[in-house]
Amino acid sequence: MDLADVVALVMFLGIIAYAVFAGADFGSGIWDLGAGNAEDGGPTRRLIDHAIGPVWEANHVWLIFVLVFLWTGFPEAFGAIMSTLYVPFSFVALGIIFRGCGFAFRKFADDLNSARLFGVAFALSSLLTPFFLGMIAGAIASGRVPIDGSGNRWTSWIGPTSWVGGLLAVLTCAFLAAVFLAADAERLGHEELTERFRRRAFVTAIICGVAAIGGVAPLLLDAETLADGLLGKGVGFMIVSGASGLASIVLLHKSRLAAARLTAVTAVAAVVGGWGVAQYPWVLVDHATIAEVAGDSATLWGLLISFGVAAVLVLPSLAYLYLLTDKSVLGTEFNKHGQDHESVVVK
Amino acid sequence: MLQLLLFGAAESDLLAARNQMALTLGYHIIIACFGVAFPAMIFVAHRRGIRNDDPVSIELARRWSKVAAVLFAIGAVTGTVLSFEMGLLWPGLMSQYGDVMGLAFALEGISFFIEAIFIGIYLYGWDRIPPRVHSLMLVPIMIAGAAGTFFVLSVNAWMNAPTGFRLEEVVGPSGTVEQSVVDVDPLAAIFNSAVGLQYLHMFLAAYMVVGFCVAGVYATAMLRGRTDRYHRIGLAIPLAFACIAAPIQPAIGHFAGQRLTDEQPVKLAAIEGLAETESRVSAVVGGYFDGERIVGGVELPVPGLASFMATNSFGGELTGLNEVPVEDQPPVNVVRFAFQTMVGIGSALVVLAAWAGFGYWRKRQLPQSVWFLRLLVVAGPAAIVALEAGWITTEVGRQPWVVHGLLRTEDAVTDAEWIWLSLSVIVVVYALVTVGGVRVIRSMTRRWRAGETHLATPYGPSQPLESVDDSPGLVDV
Repeated sequence: MDLADVVALVMFLGIIAYAVFAGADFGSGIWDLGAGNAEDGGPTRRLIDHAIGPVWEANHVWLIFVLVFLWTGFPEAFGAIMSTLYVPFSFVALGIIFRGCGFAFRKFADDLNSARLFGVAFALSSLLTPFFLGMIAGAIASGRVPIDGSGNRWTSWIGPTSWVGGLLAVLTCAFLAAVFLAADAERLGHEELTERFRRRAFVTAIICGVAAIGGVAPLLLDAETLADGLLGKGVGFMIVSGASGLASIVLLHKSRLAAARLTAVTAVAAVVGGWGVAQYPWVLVDHATIAEVAGDSATLWGLLISFGVAAVLVLPSLAYLYLLTDKSVLGTEFNKHGQDHESVVVK
Repeated sequence: MLQLLLFGAAESDLLAARNQMALTLGYHIIIACFGVAFPAMIFVAHRRGIRNDDPVSIELARRWSKVAAVLFAIGAVTGTVLSFEMGLLWPGLMSQYGDVMGLAFALEGISFFIEAIFIGIYLYGWDRIPPRVHSLMLVPIMIAGAAGTFFVLSVNAWMNAPTGFRLEEVVGPSGTVEQSVVDVDPLAAIFNSAVGLQYLHMFLAAYMVVGFCVAGVYATAMLRGRTDRYHRIGLAIPLAFACIAAPIQPAIGHFAGQRLTDEQPVKLAAIEGLAETESRVSAVVGGYFDGERIVGGVELPVPGLASFMATNSFGGELTGLNEVPVEDQPPVNVVRFAFQTMVGIGSALVVLAAWAGFGYWRKRQLPQSVWFLRLLVVAGPAAIVALEAGWITTEVGRQPWVVHGLLRTEDAVTDAEWIWLSLSVIVVVYALVTVGGVRVIRSMTRRWRAGETHLATPYGPSQPLESVDDSPGLVDV
């Protein structure tokens, strides 16, 4: 394993972190979309705000992390990906704007109509953004992005593998979010929401499993290199993912929600990791390997050192943030009436 | 086809790409200023409140943090759009030089990470974390904001003063000779000759923009008769930051500009509107550059002033535009007008800061006159205009190069055909974001004025706070 491989590995760890943590945030938005009308959806939406409010911006930064590693570590590949996949990336950009602003604006909206409008922007883009990101992954993994960036700007990202990628991305987001939200609701002592999301997680887990197995056929036909890798060197990851998925289903059935969170994360992380292993050593499948498009070695060293700095500074801070959120030290108001706020009225 | 119907020929895609970059960057810069400078002001208010056991200051910090929450969200997403655009609009730049300037972006990414994490902790930590510890959560945000600004500015400075690599001619696969980047020294690229002063200039600009904007909000309220202690403190804290930054700014700008004399003389020639290389150049205010000279401007009555500013000598020689072919010259009037706008507004803000400082020195309180408050109201928007004008000066002044002297903007741009369409979409989307953000912040201030300390989110119809009994633990702030 040489220097460029290590950089690629670190970048891919960023992709896994984004898929898991931001995935759960996107998934929460998907459930927000299906939470029902303003009358019924209130408790669900409040739970979602409570769960992702403190963490979504930090989770979002993994995407920046990945982009920066890609363009610094593998500049030619970045140029090629952005050229060929101009259209889906534009949709992702729009989705990111509407998701973030919709979420932040809704929290401080003053009437139901604007809350509804901002909420729809947040929820709908939470569905579309991971879908397009999955399509992008499918385009790269099925060998449709040539290194000179000359891939067809429309057909490159709507092949069968892209549809599998988009669908799986949305489903895994929804699955992760349902498990997380069930566990959150349980911790907050809200039985009805706990049960609702436990059931949803259970059903989504089964759908995810069926979709993952069903997705193999299109991959075999459409993305030979990837399929070979998934059934070859990546097969261990697939097994771990499948086993964790099954374990999640069992644990959800038994209402062991804290444990189900771990297996759910493992299942998603393993499937994304499996994609990475299956695609190795290609950055752009069938077109460019890690070694071929790696940037200057001094820069690669710099990237790894900066990652070391990040590991020392960012990861403990991130752990602290999650800890505070998980213990409900952070989050929206906890007290019953929300009135005994320790603040003064200032005219 | 649609693009042809709407916008005509495709040659102008470069212009569309440049406009899209300018719009999204120019927008993000304003919001980013709040990410950099606002936490410091919140910190002062929060610490002051804790130290003096002053609920008014604490309440200010609390409200500012809620406004900051909205602005940070806009900043996070508009910043992400920029990182996409680096590749979407300028694949030629990133493919060629991504590994030279990329490390600074990586370090900026780490700064952003720290910022986002501690913003989450601070915003949601009210009444949950012990006050002293809670207020200290702003410190990493301030440090990360300053560091992030440095690294982003480092990339921009590198585009003006590219260094830290060597170009080697290699024969490409199709037999053509291509330039290849070798021997990259990422630290040399980060600490290029332009970064130090350009960074300080932007850092101070952020404090001026936010300081004057926030002070202006309270000045408006005071003009409407709300002159209680809450508003006086709300005006004084941000104004103090702005008034410290404003008088330092021209000096930093001056030295940052002197770098141009040797390193980017054509940009300087555009700023001065200097057609031919001359000595003892005077400074001319206003007017229009007609291709040979400035028409209708007012010459300042100090012979050789422009030479002196650029070279420290009244007889100094300044390079004219004629030293490079026309296709290597930036659009003079845009650059010159932007520069003079920046300098004019910056100077006016120094005077305003001096007024405030003088008043405080004499009477231990800020000037109370209506005119002072009126000027404060316009100072915020004026500072934003100066900020944008400064960016236009340096960015348009670098044209036609994206990497000064090495890569032309037209060679870096994408060959995608629908940039006008994407520009139009971006215009609409950013307008919507602005309307939404303004609306939300205004509704927050309206409710605060009405005495609400609690901003409940209307998740359902007529969401009374009492109705949360059925969902313990899920009441909103």
